Amino acid sequence: MIVRFNLGALSEVRWYEYLIRFVLGGAMTVVAGLIAARFGPIIGGLFLAFPAILPASATLIEKHQRERKESAGLMVMRRGKDAAALDAAGAVLGSFGLVAFALIVCLVIEWTPPLALVLATVTWLVVSVSAWMLRRWL
Amino acid sequence: MLYYLLRFAAGGIAVSAFAALADGLRPKRFAGLFGAAPSIALATLVITLAQTGRSFAFMEAHSMVLGALALAAYSWTVCLLLKKLMVPSVIATIVALVVWFGFAFGLSAMLFDLT
Repeated sequence: MIVRFNLGALSEVRWYEYLIRFVLGGAMTVVAGLIAARFGPIIGGLFLAFPAILPASATLIEKHQRERKESAGLMVMRRGKDAAALDAAGAVLGSFGLVAFALIVCLVIEWTPPLALVLATVTWLVVSVSAWMLRRWL
Repeated sequence: MLYYLLRFAAGGIAVSAFAALADGLRPKRFAGLFGAAPSIALATLVITLAQTGRSFAFMEAHSMVLGALALAAYSWTVCLLLKKLMVPSVIATIVALVVWFGFAFGLSAMLFDLT
């Protein structure tokens, strides 16, 4: 299976759906900062891995799949949920990458902070993609 | 106020960028990896480093490991609710937040002194 980027899929997302995600992401980052300021870095740190992207993306995937099927004259409810479930299954694998991201930040941040964030992001990608490839093999 | 506006903009941009990447990627399971992208973490850690320094950011990242494990449990629960129980996405993603909070705070209570 080849991984590809479909630019046309971006035009299916409406402007207000981008806006919702921007506002949710921004609000969650502010909330994470307020929690860290009020309760300290241990509680605040938990919220750095709060589910910010998955809720909106799963909901949009189900909605778009349903609309596509309805416009084709089909009434298939199951298909949208299956597509959203696949997205969530991918997020499980991505979460292991996020664990690796946090561990790399812990290991490198005292040494060189900017490099720590770059290295941690690359590690997140490598671990996530490796987990996805391993899942396909099994 | 400017500090929170900056946080809002940084978080919004990071989440939107990763979400847009996920929108365009196929297959769907691969795109799902971006549902657990370090969007809030990157936005927060950059600002934390500039504002409060390395040791605070180190402590946050330390605790984030548990948050990420909770995110795995959350995502798995969402998948289960959608696939097995046929719950609508909007309800599944809200109900499963109980799992995220349970895991995140449960693990933290076991490993750190939260009092």
